[in-house]
Amino acid sequence: MALADIKHRPGLLLGAAVVLHVVIISAQVNTASGLPVLQVVTFGAFAELQRMVTSGVTGVQGLWSGYVDLRGVKDENTALRQELQALQIRLQEERALAQRAEDLRQLLELRQRAELDTTAAEIIAASASPEFRTVTIDKGSTDGLQADMAVISPAGVVGRLILPSRRAAKVQLLIDRNAAAGAIIERSRAQGVAVGFGTGELRMDYVSATADVKAGDLVITSGIDGIYPKGFVIGTVDSVDKGTGTYHEVRVRPAVDFSRLEEVLVVLTPSPARDAAEAADRP
Amino acid sequence: MKLAVSILAIAAALALQTTLTTFVRGTAALDFVLIVVVYLALTSGPATGLIVGGVAGLIQDSLSSGIMGVGGLAKTLVGYLAGRLGTQFIVTAPLPRFLVFIAATVVHGTVFMGLYVLLGLREFPSPYSSVAWQAVGNAFVGVVGFQVLEWLPGFRARRQWRRTARR
Repeated sequence: MALADIKHRPGLLLGAAVVLHVVIISAQVNTASGLPVLQVVTFGAFAELQRMVTSGVTGVQGLWSGYVDLRGVKDENTALRQELQALQIRLQEERALAQRAEDLRQLLELRQRAELDTTAAEIIAASASPEFRTVTIDKGSTDGLQADMAVISPAGVVGRLILPSRRAAKVQLLIDRNAAAGAIIERSRAQGVAVGFGTGELRMDYVSATADVKAGDLVITSGIDGIYPKGFVIGTVDSVDKGTGTYHEVRVRPAVDFSRLEEVLVVLTPSPARDAAEAADRP
Repeated sequence: MKLAVSILAIAAALALQTTLTTFVRGTAALDFVLIVVVYLALTSGPATGLIVGGVAGLIQDSLSSGIMGVGGLAKTLVGYLAGRLGTQFIVTAPLPRFLVFIAATVVHGTVFMGLYVLLGLREFPSPYSSVAWQAVGNAFVGVVGFQVLEWLPGFRARRQWRRTARR
């Protein structure tokens, strides 16, 4: 019965016969590499089958594991995010410590270079009013601080101490509207007074119209004011308006970045001009 | 009965192929087994054609020094195709039969030689001409054989009728 059925399906029979013949031929023929064709073809076909099965299983496995993993991924994500935040904070702390160490190293270098009696102080507060450019440092009269002491940093002049308390002191920054310092153009030795604008810039007043001043000149303290020791950097000349008056209008870009001040040095040694002034005041 | 006739026909063709070619010059190019396969396929259908073709081809392969199965595969295909032609078209006149034999020989030669060449086992110096001559020869012998076999039953019947009439 089955044989009769097959006989009525010659196409099926042909397929079987062809496959049988191919198998028989393959069993006898070797490939160019010397391996039997049957072995190569069988292995190739089986390998493809294995590849398909493996990819199917892998796909299902991936889908399943992906689904299962998704169930726990939210908690894991939250934990990882918290960990990342903690690490970011820690990184910032480390960076801050490194920056602080660098700042302190520069301060120490300045202290040694300046050969002045100084004390390091940390800025603990900024100005309470935007109209005034002052900061508060963490050292006061108990540390030997007095009014009109110069405050410097590795970059240059910061300002002067205007109000010492026992354990803290207020420092008027050089860029404050009421601040001023005796200044000198380093290159030409032209003198003047560096005053604050209250905006973050400085102006150098009383520079003679005949003085040799140009943009890029370094402005340093002259020391004649009795507060700031001589030779400390104030800034660089930004622009010079020679105009028609008696004096030049000189704009100075401060050397100190006041927005990122953290540590400063307070100069404890009185300047010679101050000593002279105090001696003159004494009866 | 049909199976026995088929087996006998193949055996006869093989015997003819292996003996006649040594005695009669020019018959070496003919493929008697192929002729028998085409004949059986045309008269019995594709299933019989491919089975007979396959078996005959395998036997022919086993008797030759070639790769077993190449001739079998070629004759399987030929048997199937000839059987199909026999069921789809009316192949009773000598010319269509001649053409079927021609086509069958061409298909057989193409598959047989093609497989050998593809497998890099053998080269054929002038395949087209040899196939062409074989096709013509097979077609001629096949058509004649067909006519003879068809004429034989009538001849026997007429002879019997004459004997009866004389008595």
